[in-house]
Amino acid sequence: MTDIIIKNLPILVVLCPLMMSLFVVLIPNTFISWVVTLFTTLITFIFSLLLYQEVYQYSSISYALGNWIPPLGIEYVIDKVSIIPIIIITLISFLTTFFASKIMPAEINNSSISKVYSLWLLAIAGLIGLVTTGDAFNLFVFLEISSLASVALVAMGAQKDKQALVAAYNYLILGAVGATFYVIGVGLLYGITGTLNLADLSSRITEINDNKALVAGFGFMIVGIMVKAAVFPLHIWLPRAYAYAPSAVSVLLAATATKASLYILARILFSVFDISDTLITLTLTYVILPLSIIAMFAGTIMAIYEKDIKRLLAHSSIAQIGYITLAFAIGTKASVAAGFIHMFNHALIKGALFMAITSMSFYLNKRITINTLSGLGRAMPITFSCFVICSLSLAGVPLTAGFISKLYIIKASISAEGVWIALLILASSALSVIYLWKMIEAMWFHEGPKDLVIKENPTVYIALLMITFLNIYFGLDASIVVNSSFEAADQLLGVQK
Amino acid sequence: MISSALGVWNYWVVFLLMMIGLFLVIGRQNFLKKIVGLTIFQTSVFLLYITFGKIKGGTPPILNNINETIYSNPLPHVLILTAIVVGVATTALGLSLVLRINSEYGSIEEEDISAQDLVDYHDQIETSKTVSIKFKK
Repeated sequence: MTDIIIKNLPILVVLCPLMMSLFVVLIPNTFISWVVTLFTTLITFIFSLLLYQEVYQYSSISYALGNWIPPLGIEYVIDKVSIIPIIIITLISFLTTFFASKIMPAEINNSSISKVYSLWLLAIAGLIGLVTTGDAFNLFVFLEISSLASVALVAMGAQKDKQALVAAYNYLILGAVGATFYVIGVGLLYGITGTLNLADLSSRITEINDNKALVAGFGFMIVGIMVKAAVFPLHIWLPRAYAYAPSAVSVLLAATATKASLYILARILFSVFDISDTLITLTLTYVILPLSIIAMFAGTIMAIYEKDIKRLLAHSSIAQIGYITLAFAIGTKASVAAGFIHMFNHALIKGALFMAITSMSFYLNKRITINTLSGLGRAMPITFSCFVICSLSLAGVPLTAGFISKLYIIKASISAEGVWIALLILASSALSVIYLWKMIEAMWFHEGPKDLVIKENPTVYIALLMITFLNIYFGLDASIVVNSSFEAADQLLGVQK
Repeated sequence: MISSALGVWNYWVVFLLMMIGLFLVIGRQNFLKKIVGLTIFQTSVFLLYITFGKIKGGTPPILNNINETIYSNPLPHVLILTAIVVGVATTALGLSLVLRINSEYGSIEEEDISAQDLVDYHDQIETSKTVSIKFKK
């Protein structure tokens, strides 16, 4: 029995949420549907931990779907690189589902809760599938599964605020254009190489030199994925979608959705194409590097001037995605590893910050703007402490997870490009303190309304405490994250010819 | 030069449709017309796949006794079947969102909607401000 499970882990980790999403929609009771969802995400998380163990034993697992031998059949590949986003997605989705128990019924009609959980699992399944698959076209299907499910989830926010509809619409249109760009790219590459398997594609691409269709295909693929990953000029859909989605959905999407796409970006740049290729070097230095630097500052500055807190955090996400793509753009082993470290830590940080803001809006029962924060720090000590710790982590203060990732990014950038990028990173981090302080100041030093008495509910703050604990834990002992990220970078870049 | 460019006229059709679709998505203010554009854009990609899956005189890939049969590649056609399903799902979701937007905002023109949104956004920030000032006194 356990043998069968171990053998089929790569598909189980996708199938478990996918199949359960069909089942959850049939459950009329809101509590039972939550329990089933929680149980599913827990099982998926356990599967992904088992996979982690397996990957470190065999270095890479290939799973032929339906026993059709790759490269002809669809292949699921789990290696040291893809296990990182899988762990991020499953861990965060478990914590977020746990967190959603009280939050979801407060924002969504009882009649549609089981449908929301169904979409929720579908989005998670899409994201995990996106990461596990080794087939370029299968990747597109999962891209669309996850994005259509997330669009529907964002639109559910319309029960609170009608702006969610427009946010969802923009997300849908831009997401569909991005996915179609990706398909055009895959089509052009398929036309040249005659294969859809990513590993096979990579070996056949090296045999082709100087083909214009190859360059065009690469461009289409990269731009399509950059839309999904919200890399700077293509991020327009992100702030609104995160701000007006139901709060629990914001937590899930902010922590996981862009991470899967960033992983795909890294995979296409370094694994499908060759880092030593001039095409990739030019793309990294003249497209992705400048865009990431602009993103770091544009995201932070937009966050400073933003008054709506969920939008503020979304803008800050754009800056943080800038750090990750910056690390990828430097293109050395150390910097790619730093990118993966930050990917993991940012999921923890942003998840926690969104959770804290969500709990506040849950008790106040209104949107959180910079003015409604007044006095909340004293009224909600537990949530406030978690918020402060995670803000420090975002700013990169020592002893928190954010410090580790900033440290590695700066170290890698100094050794590869010199001091100027490190200085830019530090400047952007310093700017981020402004918006974090703005929120903390309002919470702690501004006098709140007199009748503001809040009794914090353990079911709401336990998940927040757990994720904050992880923030501190990975700040004190980051060896697991750092080692797996370096192993991942080795596997991603090292096998290259 | 010209004859070789015209020889691949099917690709010209594909990229013409692609540009028309993309232009509609970017250039139109009407939410419904954007979806029309998106559908044209996606359809052009279907044609792109099918056009390089097809060979002149090619037959379906079924083994027969005649040796020199030319087969068309079936894989792009199958991929496009999947992509059509995805496209239909996207269009359906988009249209249902447009319906809801129309009933909530009373318009599907981007200008009207962003004007209403701007008012709402400022309202949210202003009202919360007045509340907190009232309590401070």
